[in-house]
Amino acid sequence: MSTSPETVKADLLEVFSKFKGQREELIPILQAVQERFGFLPESAMSALARFTSVAESRVYGAATFYTQFYFARRGKHTIKVCCGTACHVRGAAPLLEAFERELGIERGGTSNDFEYSLERVACVGSCALAPVVVVDEKVYAHMKAKQVKDCLADYKGKSRSNQ
Amino acid sequence: MTFRIDSPARLAEAHASCQAAFARQKSRFLVCAGTGCVAMGAMRVLSEFKRLIAERGLQVDVDLLFEGQEAEVGVAYSGCHGLCEKGPLVRYEPQGVFYTGIKVEDVPEILAASLDHGTVVDRLLYKNVDGSRSLTEHEIPFYSGQQRIVLRRCGLIAPEDIREFVAFDGYQSLGRVLQEYTPMQVIDTVQTSGLRGRGGGGFPTWKKWQYCRSAEGSEKYIVCNCDEGDPGAFMDCSVLEGDPHAVLEGMAIAAYAIGARRGYMYVRAEYPLALSRLHKALHLARQWGLLGENIMGSGFSFDVEIFQGAGAFVCGEETALLASLEGGRGWPRERPPYPAEQGLWGKPTVLNNVKTFAMVPAIIMRGADWFASTGTVNSPGTAVFSLTGKIKNCGLIEVPMGITLREIVYDIGGGIPDNKRFKAVQTGGPSGGCLPEELLDLSVDFDSLRSAGAMMGSGGMVVLDENSCMVDIARYFLEFTVHESCGQCVPCRGGTYQMHHILTAITKGEGLPGDLALLEEMAKAIIAGSICGLGKTAPNPVLTTLRYFRHEYESHIHDKACLALHCKELIAFWIDPELCKACGLCMKACPADAIRGAKSEPCVIIQDQCAKCGLCIALCPPKFKAISKKTGVLKPKTPWTSSRAT
Repeated sequence: MSTSPETVKADLLEVFSKFKGQREELIPILQAVQERFGFLPESAMSALARFTSVAESRVYGAATFYTQFYFARRGKHTIKVCCGTACHVRGAAPLLEAFERELGIERGGTSNDFEYSLERVACVGSCALAPVVVVDEKVYAHMKAKQVKDCLADYKGKSRSNQ
Repeated sequence: MTFRIDSPARLAEAHASCQAAFARQKSRFLVCAGTGCVAMGAMRVLSEFKRLIAERGLQVDVDLLFEGQEAEVGVAYSGCHGLCEKGPLVRYEPQGVFYTGIKVEDVPEILAASLDHGTVVDRLLYKNVDGSRSLTEHEIPFYSGQQRIVLRRCGLIAPEDIREFVAFDGYQSLGRVLQEYTPMQVIDTVQTSGLRGRGGGGFPTWKKWQYCRSAEGSEKYIVCNCDEGDPGAFMDCSVLEGDPHAVLEGMAIAAYAIGARRGYMYVRAEYPLALSRLHKALHLARQWGLLGENIMGSGFSFDVEIFQGAGAFVCGEETALLASLEGGRGWPRERPPYPAEQGLWGKPTVLNNVKTFAMVPAIIMRGADWFASTGTVNSPGTAVFSLTGKIKNCGLIEVPMGITLREIVYDIGGGIPDNKRFKAVQTGGPSGGCLPEELLDLSVDFDSLRSAGAMMGSGGMVVLDENSCMVDIARYFLEFTVHESCGQCVPCRGGTYQMHHILTAITKGEGLPGDLALLEEMAKAIIAGSICGLGKTAPNPVLTTLRYFRHEYESHIHDKACLALHCKELIAFWIDPELCKACGLCMKACPADAIRGAKSEPCVIIQDQCAKCGLCIALCPPKFKAISKKTGVLKPKTPWTSSRAT
């Protein structure tokens, strides 16, 4: 997706058109912007500040406060390794390490080819299936470190829509 | 078929009509579509049911039921049935046959048995410990100790279909309240019931409502806290997914009691399924006139907006949640003033948990005395827990208050799997604590749990076995709070960081003799110096583990041993040369290339290179069981030496 200032501007106007520009809409707008671009482009932040009449510092303040928001391009596939308590006691940590090793990136990172982003999440609410890994929307239950290779093979080179 | 309910009479009409319509359906398959079952493929099972029933030429359209047509069979998905461990679950009504672990391939057999032969598929029924099979939920020990109030409709109705909710007495309580109760009578009823907030604090619900009602100002708000951030907890999620209308109804009743016209639901972003079902439920409730202007002609108007959180645990704290709703950082503020006096945009606001709201219609329906008679005197009613961790029957449970931990863990949960020994149960998430075996007979209610150093919390209950290291559990929760502390109060921001630092050192075998006293001192300072619940409770996991499992800390510090064989730096993997059959599986797979061996020579792990990922143990064939973990003095130190290596 192109994120040149012109296309960002046009897309932003479209996103903003669904809102009134009130202060309490800040988080929903940030979510809508991220939905559109996959992350929060820098130019969007100042535009958002003007649109909602909130100081840019406050827009950044809110955006950096919440873990949902990203400021850099993400991988095509997002791998979320659940590290909630139930998953933790059933071995989420070695699982996360296995993904890190296999992908050569750290938690929170994105692979150089923008294929994968690896995240450590707090709880996806499927504790009975622990440990759980969610790739895009697909849930892998009772995941084991030895299955990591096979799991990644499901996605290699495929676009999200093929899943 | 939709109804426009503009009067109590219309509600009665809709109720009768919905009940009659569903009675025309002779049987029905309900596929559990809670988050857990969906992950296990419940939706594919559902489409297979639909496809095969359509192939048989049977009509399953609910609309036609309303036109007076009879139907042989119906198929729908429902909210969580509870026994997530055995999902996907399918229930066949009216008998309530309870099928577990259903795969797409099983569907034809179930259909043939149910519709053609009038039998059941024995092999898919729940298997008891003694090998016998249970036909219905009621025969399964997991369910027999439970009492369902919040979850009364979960798993029985299609959550998005308002017609079913109405058929199951939905919105009847709201109708009754609007017609027969004054707002004060509602608050009185809630007071008599003894209902306490189910978010974990246990504050009397009626008091909150009363404060808000008597607060000055005409503009007031109702906020439903659905920001279930505790790791290892999914109760609120399941209620929203399984019975969203019950929460809306409870909110409307609360709004009537305090005089609010607007309500907000703050839902965690990580729950896409709950969000989508909630949006649909809200749309239907408005369409039917059960939310909006002049509800049922009573003059009372109330509407709800859904707000999606953006991922911050602290937003589960009420003042932080309100700050987030207002569009800023989720920063808690000092109380008083409490939200009941100055809440959203400075206006009086009632904030309650999902389950609290879901209980209200049941209290109105069945009476305050009935509710007060369940549970214990000081904690009436039931508690919903997500029972997870090292337990046989993971899932969603609802139990009367006053039940013992032992009953939950052993009778309902079925005990610990793999013949392991029970060690502790963790309640209340990062704010709670770990309770040891000696306290298994503790009564589960707000006050007993608090006096034991843990807390009720929102309902996460994680069972730990002999392989769970308590120091690591404490470290895990502190890691969580370090990340989630909002950073305003220095003792919380800096203190949890330092505590985590010390705990990490201990798990690495770098603990010092004075560390435990230091941890206790810092815990006290953090509790005293934080303004919100997050900071005030953050040291609890450390304090309770220090109180009940001090010896584990001590063995980490003094003996450099992790008796649970968990902490990586304190254990070593070791291949027993007597048992190793030199198959080489571990050697080929080892990602660190740390295993050496040769044909017909036992494998050896080079300790310096071992990444301790555990892959070798997982791969060693169970018949050999040659690889084990060692700690303390038993930990092998010898490097690789072999006759062939040089």
